Amino acid sequence: MEAGQQNRMDWVKIHPLVVRITHWINAFAILIMVTSGWRIYNASPFFPFRIPSDLTLGGWLAGALQWHFAALWLLVVNGIVYVSYGIVSGHFRRKLLPITPRAIFRDVREALRGKLAHEDLSVYNAAQRAAYLAIIACGIVLVLSGLAIWKPVQLQEITAIFGGYEGARIVHFLAMALLVFIVLTHIVMVILVPRTLPTMFTGRTRRAS
Amino acid sequence: MKKRTMETSLADHSPKLIRSIERRLFLRQGLSLGALVLLSGCDITDDESVQTVLQGMSRWNDRAQGWLFSQSKLAPEFPESAITKPFPFNAFYSEDEVTLVDGKDYKLELEGMIREKKPWTLPELYALPQTSQITRHICVEGWSAIGKWSGVRFSDFLARVGADTSAKYIGFKCADDYYTSIDMATALHPQTLLTFRFADQILPPKYGFPMKLRIPTKLGFKNPKHIMSMYVTNEYPGGYWEDQGYNWFSGS
Repeated sequence: MEAGQQNRMDWVKIHPLVVRITHWINAFAILIMVTSGWRIYNASPFFPFRIPSDLTLGGWLAGALQWHFAALWLLVVNGIVYVSYGIVSGHFRRKLLPITPRAIFRDVREALRGKLAHEDLSVYNAAQRAAYLAIIACGIVLVLSGLAIWKPVQLQEITAIFGGYEGARIVHFLAMALLVFIVLTHIVMVILVPRTLPTMFTGRTRRAS
Repeated sequence: MKKRTMETSLADHSPKLIRSIERRLFLRQGLSLGALVLLSGCDITDDESVQTVLQGMSRWNDRAQGWLFSQSKLAPEFPESAITKPFPFNAFYSEDEVTLVDGKDYKLELEGMIREKKPWTLPELYALPQTSQITRHICVEGWSAIGKWSGVRFSDFLARVGADTSAKYIGFKCADDYYTSIDMATALHPQTLLTFRFADQILPPKYGFPMKLRIPTKLGFKNPKHIMSMYVTNEYPGGYWEDQGYNWFSGS
């Protein structure tokens, strides 16, 4: 009984509800966007390779486009909620800042050596902060370059930022590649530190002590 | 009882071993979930309820693009030096199956909500005031190419024949059995041209002789070639690719 009470007091909240909900909606939206986007890329590849069809969504180009332009609204609306919440609530400032190149370099190196400490899940190390900030940046670049490809006439000012229609296609693909790399790294890290996974559902973890 | 035995036996093992077993299980479950989602992608898309949602979103995207469309927003134009050579051929058939239309007998038919439905011969169309544009043609597949087209401003032609421009759609029927339709706002855009020439030459059959509606504010498949007749209507006419699932508005 006493031990039970002790345990309850040891729980600490680390992920706000808004972050947990938007995280899983985002994961679903990104899975659809990336796999349907690969199918769209395959219709006219500009690099000397295609994505294996089995990894793509939509069955053919029209199906892939339907998925891509449906999930885009989910991604954008969810992204606006997440980023607005992160800025207004101070969540970004508290969890993702401060960050310095030196700290990122140090923590990435330690992570590669398998020595990065993960005792306190309520504080992100510099490698995590860099990854999560990069994911947000990737999302913004993907949405902007996507708009540039979708609307090179009506939104030609955005298309011009990427050096025109063909430039926007390349940027869109490269930002996708970086995003997929970060997401895969993120999943590997969750597999290596599995107790982080339930916290993304419950929002809580045991206090480190 | 059996379960309890398992718990007890698990407890005998080191936490490290249990954690590595959990990790492996998690990895396997994660992979099979991913494989399930990805491998059944085709079936998911064909599922009736999923199709209803995706089609609904495509109609929503038609409306969103209609709101975003501005008649004063012009497609970028390019110098002659930017023209793509050779300009790619693209259709739902191969280049050796291109439809040949006899220009001497040709007459453009007008139907629907149009006041003067007199058919137009090619000499009559060529005699109308002509204008040119060098714009980027963007295919739904992703590739793009820059070309030069010349012809009549479509809004001038519609005014000349007394088309009811308060109607919603203009549909096109083509000699190669292709068909498509566009919204009235796009039809009246100043860069939407009824073209008879490509690169200053009479349109060769592969680029749509005798005429192609050039719409630089829409994807390539919304630019019908070999047009035989057009009709103004308030009833959604669909299109060859649109009826198979491609987005109808498909604006650039």
